[in-house]
Parts: sequence; C-alpha cells; structure tokens
Amino acid sequence: MRVLLVDDETEFVSTLAERLSMRNIDADWVGSGEEALKRMADHVYDLAVLDVKMPHIGGIELMRRMRARRPEMKFIFMTGHGSEQDFQAGASEAGAEYYLAKPVHIEDLMRKMTEVLGAGASRP
Amino acid sequence: MFERLIPKFWNERFTDTGPFRRLFNYRRIWRLAVLLTACVAIVPLFMLAILDLNVTRRSAETEINLRVSKLVSNTDRTLTFFLEERRYALDFIVRSHAYAELADRRHLAGILKSLKEAMGGFTDLGLIRASGEQVVYVGPYDLEGKNYRGEDWFQETLERGHFISDVFLGFREAPHLVIAIKHRHPDGSFYVFRATLDTERFNQVLSQMERSGDGDMFLVNRHGVLQTPSRYHGGVLQKLALAVPEYAETTRVYEIDTGRGDPLVVGASYIKGTPFILMLVTRKNELMRPVHRTQLLLIGFIAVSTTLILVVIIGVATRLVNVVYIADQQRVRTLREAQQSSRLASIGRLAAGVAHEINNPLAIIGEKAGLLKDILSIDSNYPRHAKLVGLVDSITASVDRCGAITERLLGFARHLEFKVEPVNLAEIVHEVLGFLHREASYRSIAVEVDVPEDLPQFVSDHGKLQQILLNLVNNAFAAMNDGGNLQIRARLETDQTIVLTVKDDGCGISEGDMERIFEPFFTTKKDKGGTGLGLSITYGLVQEIGGTIRVDSEVGRGATFTITLPTQGGGRKD
Repeated sequence: MRVLLVDDETEFVSTLAERLSMRNIDADWVGSGEEALKRMADHVYDLAVLDVKMPHIGGIELMRRMRARRPEMKFIFMTGHGSEQDFQAGASEAGAEYYLAKPVHIEDLMRKMTEVLGAGASRP
Repeated sequence: MFERLIPKFWNERFTDTGPFRRLFNYRRIWRLAVLLTACVAIVPLFMLAILDLNVTRRSAETEINLRVSKLVSNTDRTLTFFLEERRYALDFIVRSHAYAELADRRHLAGILKSLKEAMGGFTDLGLIRASGEQVVYVGPYDLEGKNYRGEDWFQETLERGHFISDVFLGFREAPHLVIAIKHRHPDGSFYVFRATLDTERFNQVLSQMERSGDGDMFLVNRHGVLQTPSRYHGGVLQKLALAVPEYAETTRVYEIDTGRGDPLVVGASYIKGTPFILMLVTRKNELMRPVHRTQLLLIGFIAVSTTLILVVIIGVATRLVNVVYIADQQRVRTLREAQQSSRLASIGRLAAGVAHEINNPLAIIGEKAGLLKDILSIDSNYPRHAKLVGLVDSITASVDRCGAITERLLGFARHLEFKVEPVNLAEIVHEVLGFLHREASYRSIAVEVDVPEDLPQFVSDHGKLQQILLNLVNNAFAAMNDGGNLQIRARLETDQTIVLTVKDDGCGISEGDMERIFEPFFTTKKDKGGTGLGLSITYGLVQEIGGTIRVDSEVGRGATFTITLPTQGGGRKD
C-alpha cells in the first residue's frame, strides 16, 4: 500500500509521514497540490490523505484531478475546520466519505485507512 | 393607593440612552404637554368668564342706578305734589276769602275742619299780621297772640312769599312742619297765613313707595337731620350718620363705601321749594344678589369644567407619554439586544479565526509528540524512559484538550445547513430529560415539565433543539443546589412563535454578568471546570434555527432562560 500525504503544513505532514513509515506503511508527502500531481506522474498511490484547505489547489479540487488520472484511488480528508459536520457538506458533495479533524490521532488515521482500503478491496 | 396612580415613567432615570438624552426626560414632556394644553384650553375659558362677569356686573349696576334714580324721581314728584297741593290749597283759601272772614275764628275753624276732611294732614291754622302777631289761631294749642316777628321762618316767608319749614316736634312730641304763605292786599299791606302739617301723611307716602329689598327711603334737611323716620339710619330729628348729598338740580345716584365691603347705593334728590332732601339708601349687595347668584353659577360651571378639562388633559398626557415611554424602552432593549448579538457575531468570527489558526500548530505539536512516543516505544532502553513517555502523554492530552476547545469554538461560530423536519417539542423535552434523569434524582432536583402534548408540530432542527435544551438544563443544574426546583414550560405565543422557558431557582446571575453570559469563554465556574462555551454555543444554535434567547435573573433567586422559536422553520440563510 502506497500512501501520499498532501498538506501545506509541511512540518505536520512530514512528521505524520514518518510516523506512518514507522508503522510499516509506505508513505510519501508533498507540500502542495501541484507537487502532488507532479509526483503522480511517476508514482502509483493507492490512497491520498489530503488537507482540505491549501493554497492554489484545495483538497477537494485536488481529489477531482487525481481521481481523473487514477479513478480507483481512495481519499481521506483532514480538516482544521473543527468537527466532522463542518466538513461534511462540501466533502460529501465531492464524493469523499472519510474525513478526520485536526489534530489527527494516528490510530484514527490507521483505522480509517484500513476501512477505506478494505471497502475498496471488498468492491467487485 | 397613590403609588398606583404614579405612572411608570415618572421615576424613570435613563442612564444609558446616550445622545439625545434630553428627549428621554418624560417628566418634562409630560409637564410641557399638560401645561400647554391646559393653557390653551383653560385660559380662553377664564378670559370669557372674566369678561362675562364684568359685563354682567356693569350692566347690573347701570340697571340698579336707573331703577334707583327713577324711584327717587317719582317719590320726589309725589312729595312735591303733596306739599304744593297743600300750599295751593292755602293759597286758594286766602284768595277766596276776605281777611275778615279768615279773622273770624269760627269761620277759620270751619275751614280747618273742611281741610282736614278733604285733604287731611292739617293740624292747625293761624293768621299772622305783618307785625308778626298771630291774631287768630285754630288748633290744639293756645298760640293766639304769639308774636313771630323775630323768627327766621317769618322773615323768609315775607321775603319769598311762601315757606315750608323743617320738621319739628310739636307739643305732643309728634313731628310737624309748617307751611306759610304771605298774602298781599291790593293796598300793599299783607298778612301771613300758616298751617301746621302732620308729617304722618308724609311718612305714609314714603312707605307707600315701592322699595326693593331692604331699601330705606327718608327725608333729611340740609343739615343732615332726619325729617322722617328711617329703617336703619335713625329716627325723626336724629342726625343722619351719612354725609348730606351735594346739591344737584336733578336726581343723583352714587355709592358710599362703608369700608366693610358692603357699599351703599344712594339716590338723592333736592325737593324744590323745600328744605328737604329725599334719600333712598340701599345695600348694594342686596341689589346685586340676583347677579351674584348668576355669577356664582357661572363660577361653579367654570370650576367644574376646568376640573374636567384638567382631568382629561392629565389623563391623556399620562397615557401618551406612557406609550412613548414603553416604545422607548422597547427600542432601547432592542438596541441593546442588537448590540449584543452583533458583538457576539464578531466575537464568533474572531473565535473561529483564532481556532482555525491554532489548529495547524496544534496538529504539528500533536504529531511531533506522537513521533516522539513512537520513537520511545521502539527503543525502550533509554534511561528514564517511563518519565519521558509520561511527558509525551501529557503533551498529547493537552493537545487533545486544546483540540476539543477549538472544535467547540468553531461550533459556536459555524454556519450550518439547516436540517428541517417537523418536530415535537414535548418529545424533545422528554428525550433530553431522559439523559439527565439520573443526575436529577441523585441530587433530588424536582423537574417540573409543562409542555402541552397538543402543542402543534413545527418545522425546525431536532438535533439542535435537543442540544439547546440539554445545554440549558445542564447549565441550570450547575447553578442549583441539591433539592432545587427546575421548571420547563412551553407555550404557543402566536401562530408563528413558541416560547420555551427554562426556569431554575439556583444562584442567579449578577447584572454585570448578564450582558456577557452568551460570550464564549465567559464562565463563573472556572474552578469547577467550566469552559464558558456552553451558553455561547446554545446562543449560536438558537440563532441558527431562527429563534431568540433571553435571560432574566436575579442574584440568589434563580434564572429564567426564554427561547422564542419560529414555527415556520426560519433557519438562518447564509
């Protein structure tokens, strides 16, 4: 399983990636939507964890573009906007069902990732 | 009793009306209104009344003068006629009788008898020679041979041809007067014929005259000695206390101020050819009595109308100013509420911004701490390992706590989609009390619910209503002592609004706190772990479902939260 973490808060996202790596997950990170798209050109990811609010290309927009390139890709959103409800409207409209509020608990993220990929695996 | 009559605005002292405070001086407005209207209404009334009183008084006085003058003139004429009639009678006697006939006592006695019978009033007759000696006398006294030469009246008779004397008391103490005429013979010699008249007839004439009220009509001579009896001013030959009227050709009417507020109206006339002055003296108040009665009636009418006008003016002014006062109060309250809600809105935006900005660094701290723990869990040989794990856990716990706060802060300011569905308020109340049932019974708090089951269903957000009620009840529980009493009540106020009240008998809220109670982080329970977000979130939620929330409280007597809810799903559209 290869995971790409995208967040403009590089300090945060790099630490998160490192912690995932320590849990034997192949995690890369980038600091913007543009870099993420660039990296997709020569890497294959099963899952992307995106921050909702980023300069230039926001999380939801980025999801659309990545999905356009690789439709089977899964997405988890992180938001600094507080609760789940807050994000629900915008995210569900765009087709994402998984979201986490910042600050993120690594255990929650791991569980969500398993859910997402499990759901994907169970799909025909 | 009187306190009930004092309108509410009377003791009002606005302290926070800001500019235009002058406009809020209700007492002043009231006074001005009452004064101006009263002036406009009452002053013309008084002017008219005064004018009317003056006109009536003056015309009454004129009428009285006329009446007195007429009466005096008439009486004057009657008296003049009375005296002249007798003088002409004497004149006729001397002209129609020869001196010898008159000098015959028996004949003269016959004449006196005829005069007494035909005219009356004659007491005696006498014939006096030019020398002054009375040669013949018929009458009750023995006056024959008496010489009048030195008497004033005799001299005057000689000069003027005739004479009428003042009244004097005769030998029988009866008032009399003398009429004398001088008769000249063709040869130039003359004699005087005199008669004494009983003034009783005079008095009869005077008393026959019409006298209105207690008018007093009498004769005086030019020295002010009464010639006929008067009712109030003395008997015959007494000195009149009033001044003798000045001479005038015609009848005069004038007033005498007695100094006792009761002036006298005097009509006076000099009776020609006599020493008599006819006087009619009347108390003016007596004459003016009918006028005074009318005036009293008018004054009474004015007093009653003035009272009525004042009552109406004061009533209307009080009512109007009260309406203005109530409207002003409403306005000030609305203004205050608007200020509060706009302040809360900006605090909300600020809080959301701060929360959002803090979330990112908070996430970094959380991750760094997480990583630290991860590393520690791999290499557990590090000295003081347990201590470090404890520190990291503490950091993580604090981050979680901060996260919870920012989440709630954002909740306060969040603008959410409004999830509308028909809700039943009674159901919600029961659900919420279900959560708190245990705490209530544990602390033996009596919860009284008065939410009619038949309250109409209305369209709102079920979850938010639940949270609002939960927060309010929680808040009330925190303010109450064990064994307290909580009331939850709902009423359909109008077709469009339902009013829900949560009333506790807890510690209450001080006035200073009341203004800030809906602000985020405002708490009075810091030592008991309050975050100060409960009521601010409640406030936000109520706004979101289009309602309003208000608090009334008194320290030590509990607080009442009143929520007004729209029944037509008035969610905030942002």
